[in-house]
Amino acid sequence: MAKLTFKTDNCKGCGLCVDVCPKKILRLAPDKINKKGHHPAELTDEGACVGCASCAMMCPDCIIKVER
Amino acid sequence: MAVVFDKPHALADVPLHYCPGCTHGIIHRLVAEVIDELGIEGKTVGIAPVGCSVMAYNYFNCDMIEAAHGRAPAVATGVKRANPDNIVFTYQGDGDLASIGMAETVHSAARNENITIIFINNAIYGMTGGQMAPTSLLGQVTQTSPYGRDEKLCGYPIRVCEMLSELEGPEFLTRVTVNTVPRIREAKKAIKKAFQNQIEGKGFSLVEVVSTCPTNWGMTPKDALKWIDDNMLPYYPLGVYKDRSAKEETK
Repeated sequence: MAKLTFKTDNCKGCGLCVDVCPKKILRLAPDKINKKGHHPAELTDEGACVGCASCAMMCPDCIIKVER
Repeated sequence: MAVVFDKPHALADVPLHYCPGCTHGIIHRLVAEVIDELGIEGKTVGIAPVGCSVMAYNYFNCDMIEAAHGRAPAVATGVKRANPDNIVFTYQGDGDLASIGMAETVHSAARNENITIIFINNAIYGMTGGQMAPTSLLGQVTQTSPYGRDEKLCGYPIRVCEMLSELEGPEFLTRVTVNTVPRIREAKKAIKKAFQNQIEGKGFSLVEVVSTCPTNWGMTPKDALKWIDDNMLPYYPLGVYKDRSAKEETK
């Protein structure tokens, strides 16, 4: 069981975390828009996250905090 | 639950101005993580370049100086010689280091100045709108080479690590990239070694990071990472180009 925390307003919606996630449980929220006007990254299945931190390693804006 | 990944302390808690998907952010974080791990934030002085990363001084919590275009190694030389206890690094792009700052780069390497250089090679001028850089690939379309870079008109791209490796001076030259998670880990190791070399007084260490510019390459961030594999790495092979102390140990 792992927990991801996103600084949603700093997300630029580049999608690099989405591509690198081995479990394919990240997406750019289609129905949300952050302060910058981007669709921010979000976790679709909290129970499936293994906390590998690949998304956080890849995020250019360092918005993801990973706890495990 | 234990925190396994969070923003390093040496990276300021402000939004970065870089375009979406630009790997500058990843490399900033790696440098900040290394500063944290070595416990040198209080005595580190960073030298920011001119280019996209011109505002790097806002993003690191250590002391920062803004140098004139290309002159970061010269400023770093002055800071390091005047304050040898400080850890001095420069953070430069290819337009800064390989074009206008080429003389400063080559001479600081030839003198084996005890500084660390983080060189971001994305084969284009980002901040000014995507003009051809000395490192732009043959055939690469940019604002100033709309039909692709032609070697008859513009010459060949410069491989900085290979060129500097011919000098006697430099201690450590390596080329890494950050387009996959394992390569990000490798890049961090290289950056850490470059800082450790300076702490141990070994001399000039340069880490070239093959990077992306999704905006000016005209592609999505995901395609830009793939473009590194398909186009950049065949011309700019990864690897260690010089590691003088490792060579001496094996003798």
